[in-house]
Amino acid sequence: MKIKKILCSVLLATCMLFSLTACGSSNGSKDAKKADDSSKSGNITVGFSQVGAESDWRTANSTSMKETFSEENGYTLIFDDAQQKQENQIKAIRNFIQQEVDYIVLAPVTETGWDTVLKEAKDAGIPVIIVDRMVKVSDDSLYTAWVGSNFELEGKKAAAWLKAYLDATGRGNEKINIVDIQGTIGASAQIGRTKGLEAACKENKNWTLLAKETGEFTQAKGQEVMESLLKKHGDDIDVVYCENDNEAFGAIDAITAAGKKVGTGKDDILVMSFDSTKTGLTDVKDGKIILDTECNPLHGPRVEEIIKSLEAGKEPDKKQYVDEEVFAAVKDVAKISADGKDYDVTVVTDDVISKRAY
Amino acid sequence: MEKKKAKRKINSSTFLLMITIVLFAVMYIAGMIIFEDKGFAKPQMFMNLFISNAGLIVIGCGMTLVMITGGIDISVGSVTALVCMSAAYAMENKGMSAISAVVISLLIGILFGVVQGYLVTYLEIQPFIVTLAGMFFGRGLTAVISTDMIAIKNKTFLAWANYRINLPFGTYNRRGMFIPAYIYPTVIIALGVVILITIMLKFTKFGRNLYAIGGNQQSAVMMGLNVKRTKMKAYVLDGFLAGLGGFLFCLNSCAGFVEQAKGLEMDAIASAVIGGTLLSGGVGTVIGTLFGVLINGTISSLITTQGTLSSWWVRITLSALLCFFIVLQAIIAAVKRKKKKN
Repeated sequence: MKIKKILCSVLLATCMLFSLTACGSSNGSKDAKKADDSSKSGNITVGFSQVGAESDWRTANSTSMKETFSEENGYTLIFDDAQQKQENQIKAIRNFIQQEVDYIVLAPVTETGWDTVLKEAKDAGIPVIIVDRMVKVSDDSLYTAWVGSNFELEGKKAAAWLKAYLDATGRGNEKINIVDIQGTIGASAQIGRTKGLEAACKENKNWTLLAKETGEFTQAKGQEVMESLLKKHGDDIDVVYCENDNEAFGAIDAITAAGKKVGTGKDDILVMSFDSTKTGLTDVKDGKIILDTECNPLHGPRVEEIIKSLEAGKEPDKKQYVDEEVFAAVKDVAKISADGKDYDVTVVTDDVISKRAY
Repeated sequence: MEKKKAKRKINSSTFLLMITIVLFAVMYIAGMIIFEDKGFAKPQMFMNLFISNAGLIVIGCGMTLVMITGGIDISVGSVTALVCMSAAYAMENKGMSAISAVVISLLIGILFGVVQGYLVTYLEIQPFIVTLAGMFFGRGLTAVISTDMIAIKNKTFLAWANYRINLPFGTYNRRGMFIPAYIYPTVIIALGVVILITIMLKFTKFGRNLYAIGGNQQSAVMMGLNVKRTKMKAYVLDGFLAGLGGFLFCLNSCAGFVEQAKGLEMDAIASAVIGGTLLSGGVGTVIGTLFGVLINGTISSLITTQGTLSSWWVRITLSALLCFFIVLQAIIAAVKRKKKKN
């Protein structure tokens, strides 16, 4: 009796193993073929460790990488989604090293904690290109180059626009209450954008930063935080400073649900946002989001430039910023200046939205 | 009668353990064959399984202990985050030495173990609820210490974290350079813990008492075992291991921040179950849990190596495996019941 049962279980187990290996081998043979192809055509292998797929911006960033590093362009891309976990990224990089990829591209979840694994990559002679968020490492030679956004500048641009807008609409001396729905704490985007706002609040004596709370860059959390902020501060809030579009969508839902209005009216709440995704810009056009500062996710081409110059034996610039714009719902402000440079403000039209790639 | 029953239990537990080990071997060897051109067959790939999961192995050992008593501890992920944050804060903001960071880490773990153990054993509250509270408390306290991320720059600590132990074997890379396989000290500590706990479970009175309590608490009481003290000890040991595991985790990430190790407790429970530990208690080995962790790691490295599959397949495969093992355990339990009737 017992033997029968055990036999049955063992059989079951082997069945499952076979199905596992079967599906594995079908993938494997495809891959093996791919690898053969790549060795024939001399494809460059790039291992890309992505944070996750938490926002539209991130998805656009992944798509940009996948499109740039396609088979047609002469690359083999190994893409790994870390599901927001640093330990997964560390694992993925170790895996890339063992696969002997030609380049490692890392979009880090966090700024710190990369010394050990980047040292391993360096010892294996694989150049590492950091995208989006910066890493803080003890030795800068651990990575080859960085491509990304100047987040503090983004924050400064947004604050400069707000000041110009308030001046233009005659509210320049009014008391303005701002709440900040922050991104994931510790992310460079959160740090830079919060810094930009805090600096502006210090400069403008009539601005008060009522609260700072994290919405973790997600719509659900953004809504939750906004709900609790509305309960706490109610009618006092003039401006909501969301650190990405997804948070702004959540915040707008919460504001509408509480029976308040978003927009430019006297008692309305101004919603500011970052990223400028297509859906975000649609909300700008509808006047729900008053200002959306771009955070350009199309890093693929920049990274490819760096790889090409490395292949040619040149040394690329260590820090490379991508160009970014400012999108507004209203025409009141045409130009802003931040960090001693002038930037044009684009008013969102259908045309602008249809040209948007993500 | 008692003796016979005990023997049978060990049999079914050995059987579950064997399946886990065979499954791991088959998966890994299949990976080596399929992805040979992608470096899966390299010894370092195998070592990476241990390097990346050293913390989880130790935490899984603690989890196994409380699960053998029929309990559970879902606070370990938060304890890990708290340990990382406290260690980072102590070294970076308070200027303490790396040694005192270790002491702090272990103390935090033991403290969690003592408080949770007391609530579970002496006040007889459900372990799930107690450790759920512990989970919230740990995560909350981590955020109170600092919401900003703290990078650890302490020289001694980094020296530990980066101390590579080269092994006498390795591979040649494409440029023909010999690269020895290496491990970090964390791996040795993790394996040491597995061996020590295995010995403890097998050969000490405490170890045998744990199984007896988990198998049937009533009869354990009637046999004159000090159930409460044994359970308490299990929770304290579990807390200590969570603290130690948390520190090993910290050595791997070299930073402390609020979001760290989120969901680690679930990985630990999954590893223990795949390793043949019964949720109802009385059955389980830490060797099994070790292989559970390795299976978990193998799935994720197979999927990363494959390169095009979404990494969420790790979770899907893991859930399939969990189902498989739970069904298997249910079958074994059913067989046992039938035998008893006969």
